[in-house]
Amino acid sequence: MSKVPYEVYTEEVEALSVLSPDGEIINKDKLPKLTDDQLKEIMYRMVFTRTWDDRAVNLGRQGRLGFYAPVSGQEATMIGSEYALQKEDFIAPGYRDIPQIVWHGLPLYQAFLYSRGHQHGGQVPDGVNVLMPQIIIGAQILHAMGIAMGFKLKKQKQVAITYTGDGGSSEGDFYEGLNYAGVYKLPVIFFVQNNGYAITTPFSKQTAALSIAHKAVAAGIKGVKIDGMDVLAVIKAVQEAAERGRNGEGATLIEAVTYRFRPHSLSDDASKYRSKEEEGEWNAKDPIARFAKYLEKKGLWTEEDTARVKEEAKAKVNEEIKKAEKTEKMTISGLIDSMFESTPKHLEEQKADFK
Amino acid sequence: MAQMNMKEAIRDALRVELKRDPNVLLFGEDVGHVGGVFRATEGLQKEFGEERVFDTPLAESAIGGLAVGLGVQGFRPVAEIQFVGFIFEALDQMAIQASRMRYRSGGRYNSPIVFRTPFGGGVKAAELHTDSLEGLLAQTPGIKVVVPSNPYDAKGLMIAAIRDNDPVFFMEHLNLYHAFRAEVPEDDYTVELGKANVVREGSDVTIITYGLMVHTSVKAADELEKTKGIKVEIIDLRTVSPIDIDTIVASIQKTNRAIVVQEAQKSSGVAAEVIAQINEKAILHLEAPVLRVAGPDTVYPFAQIEDTWLPTPTRIIDAVNKVLEF
Repeated sequence: MSKVPYEVYTEEVEALSVLSPDGEIINKDKLPKLTDDQLKEIMYRMVFTRTWDDRAVNLGRQGRLGFYAPVSGQEATMIGSEYALQKEDFIAPGYRDIPQIVWHGLPLYQAFLYSRGHQHGGQVPDGVNVLMPQIIIGAQILHAMGIAMGFKLKKQKQVAITYTGDGGSSEGDFYEGLNYAGVYKLPVIFFVQNNGYAITTPFSKQTAALSIAHKAVAAGIKGVKIDGMDVLAVIKAVQEAAERGRNGEGATLIEAVTYRFRPHSLSDDASKYRSKEEEGEWNAKDPIARFAKYLEKKGLWTEEDTARVKEEAKAKVNEEIKKAEKTEKMTISGLIDSMFESTPKHLEEQKADFK
Repeated sequence: MAQMNMKEAIRDALRVELKRDPNVLLFGEDVGHVGGVFRATEGLQKEFGEERVFDTPLAESAIGGLAVGLGVQGFRPVAEIQFVGFIFEALDQMAIQASRMRYRSGGRYNSPIVFRTPFGGGVKAAELHTDSLEGLLAQTPGIKVVVPSNPYDAKGLMIAAIRDNDPVFFMEHLNLYHAFRAEVPEDDYTVELGKANVVREGSDVTIITYGLMVHTSVKAADELEKTKGIKVEIIDLRTVSPIDIDTIVASIQKTNRAIVVQEAQKSSGVAAEVIAQINEKAILHLEAPVLRVAGPDTVYPFAQIEDTWLPTPTRIIDAVNKVLEF
């Protein structure tokens, strides 16, 4: 009888980087093909998103937004991964992944409405392929898997991408989604933004695996780990994963190692579980500063450009929050009517209690 | 017209809809090649191909999430959860995700999904294969819960459920799959969701029930008529959420007395809801309190005492006598 070689894959996976912290190209083979205009557009979106995040935190403190999960530090993973997609591709986001769905077509004022607890926030316009943000940590992983099966059944060359964090990678739904995607060879990208903390729980207490990317092995899909503070590495990895999906080669799990500069949410104090040293180390890897150095060396970006985009972003955010604030409030009868396609009699009767 | 048992009627409904609408998909653990552990979907994969009718890996939450994702893509999934006790594994996707997709998205997306599951006692099945969890789902906003009691209704309700643009939880009683045959039209027809059926007319007392308990109640009514001349009216709810209160009120206006019979544990379930609604809409027509005949508030018992745990004709007769003698 031949001996079955039981081997466990335990080698460390090195994270793909394209740019050094100084903005030098260190991995020429993995440099995504992008025009100068595209590079500038990516930078524009990252600076815009950072400004919007700063503003959103203030709006949250003023009580003009509801639940809001800060994104600063994660601009490379969010902007880069969305930029690598086509408009027809589908995004199933987690609660923090608002920038991806906005850059994919959800109007910004609707993102604010979502935060303010208005259902119009999730009323995605026709032709925009996104779901509203998901609160249950792993549920969207399964939706993306189902959406990807839809693309496959319709023989459309689109992909679905879904996001969760290092904490989300511990959910049962994460494993079920990866496993189904492997079995059915689905065009789906599982994008894990490993920002080191699930609210306060550090990565070391989340899993004994050497990386989240390793978890792809068990599902029979491709797993890669990337430097999540390097927007070019993110774009390259998602482009490759999308191409694999479109070519019928199945799913990819991407682990992007990143950091959220702010706490998990506005009601949480990060100083209780993170050290100043750690925050300093990650600040030095700021994805916007790193990409700016690269663009400045190419003569494509200046500090004035950053200042201009910030002003534009502030004006746009003000305009959109006002639009959100002016949107007619939800009503109980509207809420009742949104339960079913046609409102059953007992619910019609219940409306009378709120007149 | 063909003679079909309930299992064949459900299979026929699935065939009619798979044939009519290319967006209808059927999947779950073991439903494809062998046609399910009860063969309810037997032959459908052969007829419609592996893209329309397929086996899934063993993971209920993923079955539910797959259905939600496919629903967003415009498909009409019919997802089977192999046994009712396993729905807890999928409850987030059924009771949170599918049920509130329309609400969360302000109507942009819906969940035109049918979740099928066998349930129901008296068959000496393994633990967690038989529990009556309809009350749990009936409390979920945004989902309809259907429990057919006979082959004709099962087919018509299943077709209506598949065509419904909102999620429907469809519960198939294990003890009814092969219990009897009845005439079932071979073409397509629907039985309206949310509409009860008066299965037996009477003037002295109303029994409101559903599923297998319709048949247990008929036995009790036969006995009551034979021994005491009591004329029992029996209402089969067919859909336990929403409840067709109008049919119930019309009956109570005639009989002035009622009991509710359910297999599930007594507290907080469908029977409690029926009585609450009677209270709101027909209390002045009542000559006695409405009683419940149900399982006790325990976990579903191991097979040894299953038959005495479940409502029997004798317990139903006792309850009828109590409301008549009040």
